[in-house]
Amino acid sequence: MSMLSFERKYRIRGGTLLGGDLFDFWAGPFYVGLFGVTGIFFAILGTLLIIWGAAMGPTWNIWQISIAPPDLSYGLALAPLAEGGLWQLITICALGAFVSWALREVEICRKLGMGYHVPFAFSVAIFAYFTLVVIRPVLMGAWGHGFPYGILSHLDWVSNVGYQYLHFHYNPAHMIAVTLFFTTTLALALHGSVILAATNPGQGQTVKGAEYENGFFRDSIGYSIGALGIHRLGLFLALSAGFFSAVCIVISGPFWTRGWPEWWNWWLNLPIW
Amino acid sequence: MNRKLRVGGTPLLGGLMLVLLLTGCEPPLPATDQQGFRGTGMLEVDNPRRQEAKLAAIVIPDPLPQVPASGTRSGDIYQNVQVLGDLDVAEFTRFMTAITQWVAPEQGCTYCHAGADFAEDDVYTKVVSRRMIQMTQQINAAWSAHVGDTGVTCFTCHQGQNVPSEMWAMSPEPGRSAGLTASSAGQNMPATNAALSSLPADPFSPYLLGNTNIRVHTMQALPDGTPLPGTKQAEETYALMMHISDALGVNCTYCHNSQHFASWEGNSPKRVTAWHGIRMVRSLNNEYLEPLGSALPENRLGPLGDAPKVNCTTCHRGLNKPLGGANLLQYHPELASASLATESGSASNMPPN
Repeated sequence: MSMLSFERKYRIRGGTLLGGDLFDFWAGPFYVGLFGVTGIFFAILGTLLIIWGAAMGPTWNIWQISIAPPDLSYGLALAPLAEGGLWQLITICALGAFVSWALREVEICRKLGMGYHVPFAFSVAIFAYFTLVVIRPVLMGAWGHGFPYGILSHLDWVSNVGYQYLHFHYNPAHMIAVTLFFTTTLALALHGSVILAATNPGQGQTVKGAEYENGFFRDSIGYSIGALGIHRLGLFLALSAGFFSAVCIVISGPFWTRGWPEWWNWWLNLPIW
Repeated sequence: MNRKLRVGGTPLLGGLMLVLLLTGCEPPLPATDQQGFRGTGMLEVDNPRRQEAKLAAIVIPDPLPQVPASGTRSGDIYQNVQVLGDLDVAEFTRFMTAITQWVAPEQGCTYCHAGADFAEDDVYTKVVSRRMIQMTQQINAAWSAHVGDTGVTCFTCHQGQNVPSEMWAMSPEPGRSAGLTASSAGQNMPATNAALSSLPADPFSPYLLGNTNIRVHTMQALPDGTPLPGTKQAEETYALMMHISDALGVNCTYCHNSQHFASWEGNSPKRVTAWHGIRMVRSLNNEYLEPLGSALPENRLGPLGDAPKVNCTTCHRGLNKPLGGANLLQYHPELASASLATESGSASNMPPN
């Protein structure tokens, strides 16, 4: 694997979190590390368990394969493998793989002397998944509240869980999350387009710098958040979207059992009307 | 502004937002009941504390002691006994005591029988109660697909009140501004009849009185040119479903698998009971309640002058089984009389596929 001239100097030993020099090397372009090994282990084991579950199931149709969580009657106990136990093991493998990946990112950040923004951002995604398959099931009292692992079956689950609360669009955290998702795409589109505009000024013109980008937004909306600021904003919007998604599902059930429209009663009952 | 303050402000603001968000929420643990295969999300979610409070709010009167038969028909003793004439006099008197307890415990006999002659039909309430006895018999005889063996009595709806507390009548559309926005099809206001959503405010007139098709779900993947119901019809259907959910204290997945709302396969069998219930309510409104409008005094009519009618809440009151499933009919077999049952019965009337 070829390497850029300045790349080698970053490939230094040390900065690992666990195990010292163990696995502290690169395989081609990829840093391995202890967490690379645990990540590979969990990823392969989890995938094989899914294939085993599919083999026990009724179909090999990739869209219809589904590994379902246990019946509610098992509560927070372990279930037999063919009756949801596989789902429990696969969940452990998934979390093991995701967390390994995040910690491997941390080690790379330490080697490079960077901040931990990337592993932090990824942790929010892990947190959202952890909320769905661990926090909420524990708060509801059964692993059966986790979502099934299948391309179509998890969508059916999402739909049915929404209808458990009559009209999910009235879930306040869902409203916030949806707004943040849309705002994330708006911010990315504005940022991406202004960068491309500055770097593609047209035949014979010089590429424009940051002041032109700032100038555009100051002229059009009166304010430019700035070159660093737009990335802070983008990260904030994206992580908040994931965070509020986790909030909107964890409050559905553990903290609210009725239809979401009814939750807004406090608003209708405000003394200001 | 120093940096420390700004950093400390973020979690504080986040915490405040979380507190605001959880305001009016319920603490764990919820009670859940699995309605379908594991992992499908076919679950009924309840707050057991609310459920207990609802059940505790219902005070069911003790059944009256059984009486020995006198051997005489009430029709032979009393005059103008049009419905219960074949009932033994002792049973008849026991039933009159029960109906007083169920419907007019404060006013007593005179709520329906004025003056000295109890046979007179001079009080409108007597005419209404006769029709309501017939209606109760009809429900028990012809609608067992919905009421099962538990059946209904006057108490199921009345619960000690002259008029059941949960009835509906037509009402003017919620007021809006003038001009092009004057009509909103009853939408965009919190609709108490649709579980406080902003769906159409009157889901009853089209479906529980009228015979509008509830189904808006297409049964095919791609359009073939057949005109399909529009968004407006879908929203009216949704509003009716919200009413049913609210009335029974259940969620959508109690009956439906949202994978395919219209399909019977993969849906809960409880949906069949609900299907018969919708037809039962429609039939009762058309055959019994709406025609009573002419017999009622003005103060008993709705704002648009029609008779009060029943919907799911009239019996259910937030419970999937009215009165928590208590069977009062067993103490009053006269209300299960099959004498006039059947012609509009539902036994042969199965849901479409």
